[in-house]
Amino acid sequence: MTDAPLLSVRGLSVHFGALAAVEGVALDLWPGEVVAVVGESGSGKTTLLRAIHGFVAPTSGSIRYRSDRLGDVDLIALEEPARRLLSRTEWGFVHQNPRDGLRLSHSAGANVGERLMAAGARHWGLIRAQALAWLERVEIDPSRIDDLPRTFSGGMQQRLQIARVLVTSPRLVLMDEPTGGLDVSVQARLLDLIKRLVAELGLSVVVVTHDLGVARLLAQRIIVMQRGRVVEAGLADQVLDDPQHPYSQLLVSSVLVT
Amino acid sequence: MTVQSYTFAYLDEQTKREIRRALLKALAIPGHQIPFASREMPLARGWGTSGLQVTAAVLGRGDVLKVIDQGADDTTNAVSIRQFFARVAGVRTTTRTEEATIIQTRHRIPEMPLRRGQIMVYQVPQPEPLWRLEPSRAETRRLHALAEYGIMHVKLYEDIARHGRITLAYDYPVLVHGRYVMSPSPIPAFDNPKLHRSAAIHLFGAGREKRIYAVPPHTDVVPLAFEDHPFRPWKADAACMLCGATESYLDEILVDDHGTRRYLCSDTDFCERRHTSRQAQ
Repeated sequence: MTDAPLLSVRGLSVHFGALAAVEGVALDLWPGEVVAVVGESGSGKTTLLRAIHGFVAPTSGSIRYRSDRLGDVDLIALEEPARRLLSRTEWGFVHQNPRDGLRLSHSAGANVGERLMAAGARHWGLIRAQALAWLERVEIDPSRIDDLPRTFSGGMQQRLQIARVLVTSPRLVLMDEPTGGLDVSVQARLLDLIKRLVAELGLSVVVVTHDLGVARLLAQRIIVMQRGRVVEAGLADQVLDDPQHPYSQLLVSSVLVT
Repeated sequence: MTVQSYTFAYLDEQTKREIRRALLKALAIPGHQIPFASREMPLARGWGTSGLQVTAAVLGRGDVLKVIDQGADDTTNAVSIRQFFARVAGVRTTTRTEEATIIQTRHRIPEMPLRRGQIMVYQVPQPEPLWRLEPSRAETRRLHALAEYGIMHVKLYEDIARHGRITLAYDYPVLVHGRYVMSPSPIPAFDNPKLHRSAAIHLFGAGREKRIYAVPPHTDVVPLAFEDHPFRPWKADAACMLCGATESYLDEILVDDHGTRRYLCSDTDFCERRHTSRQAQ
C-alpha cells in the first residue's frame, strides 16, 4: 500500500508562550521515503520533529499516522499507552547527541537489547544474538558488546544509537542532526551507513539537518523552514539546484564548496 | 514512664487510621505503591520506622508479636522493637514463628511456612524496583501505570552477560498478580518463592520513601527472569553447624584469619528448635 502517506502533518503549530516555534507546517511522508527538513538554527525544525514524536505537545494541527497495529490514527488525539507502544515498536528517534539516546551506564549489548525487551522479548540468547548481529551491521566490533558506551568514540556512540533504534525494525525513523558533532570523515562513513540501512530496511525517515550535503545525500525530498514556517518544499535536486525562495537561495549559496 | 502515658501502640489514632487506609488500598491493588504520611518515630529513619508504623497500625490487644532482623530474634534492633511494643502496647511477644500473629522483619521470611491469619510486616529501604534504571519518580510512576517493565530486564540481561547467570541475590524483583513489578525489600532471592501464593498477608512499609505496598494472601508472586535463564534461588551449599539443616538459608561466618568458613541458619527460631530437638533425642 503506497497510495497513502505513512505520516501526514497538517497545519501543525507549536507555541512556547508568545513564541511560535512551528507555525502551520504541512508535511507528507510516503513509505520508503526520506524527507530532509533544513533550515538555520532556531528555524523550528527540531521542534517539528519533537512534536511529531510527541516529546512536545503541539498547540494545534493534526498528525495522522498509518500504523501496522492500530490502523490510521491521529497522533495528537491518541491515548498515551498507544502512543508509547508505537514509539517503542514502529518508530525510532535518533538524537543529535547519542548520550541522550543511550544508557551510558549500561553495556552496548543492553542498550541494543533494551528495545527488544521493552517490546516483550524474554529469551536471553535471542536478544544477545540480535544485539551481536546489529553491532556488526553498524560496524562496531562485536567483541565490545559488554563494554560501556562511554568508552566508545563519538561516531561509535552514534552508530550504537542507530543500532538500538533499528533493532525492533521500526517503519518510521526520526533523526535529529544524526551527524552533528562528528568530524568529516566519520560523518561520511555514518551517512554511508544510514543510506545503506534505509535502503535495506525500506525505512521512512524524516531527517532534520542544517547541512545541505546531508540532505542531498540522504533525502529524496527537502523542506526548507524559516522562523517556524515552511518556505519551500520539493524534490531534493530541484530545491538544491534551483531554489525559488530567497531564503533557500541564501542557504544553498552559503554552502562551502570544497 | 508507664504504659498509660502512651496511646495504645504509641501512634495516635488519626495516624493509625491513615496508615490503615493506605494498607487497605495497597491490599486492593497488589504490588502497587501507595503514598502515606510517614511519621517521625523514636528511631532514626532507615532503622525500621515504616515497620514500626505499619505494626502499630495493625496491632490489636490480642496479637502476638515476633520481630526478626537478619532472621534473628536476638539482634539489637529486633530486641529493641519487640520491647518497644511490649511496653507501649502491652502485647505478648514471642520468638516462635507459629505463635506469632504479626511478624515484623527486615531481611527474612521465616523458614516455617506461614499460615492464614498471620501478617508479615517488612521494613523496606527502597520501594521502587526501577530506581536504578530510571532516576525520575514521575517517570517510574508512569512506567508502572502503563506496565512498561522492559527496562527491568536490562539489569538481569547484564548480569547474565557478565557472570553467566543472574547474580542478584537479594531484593530480586517480582511480578505481583501479573500486573505490578515489586521490590520485595532486601529479602534474599531464596525467600521469593515463599511469597508466591502465601496464605499470610504481606505488608511492606518504606518510611523514608513514604510508601506502603502489600501482597494479599494467595496472590501470584513471580520472580522476573528470562526463558533460557530461569529464576534460581541461591543458598550456600553447606549445612548449619548447629542444627545440620541443609534446606534453610545460611549465614556465612569467617572464623579465623585463614578464610575458614562456618555456616549457620539465619532463622534463629528454626535453628534453635531443630538443635534442641536433636539434643533431646
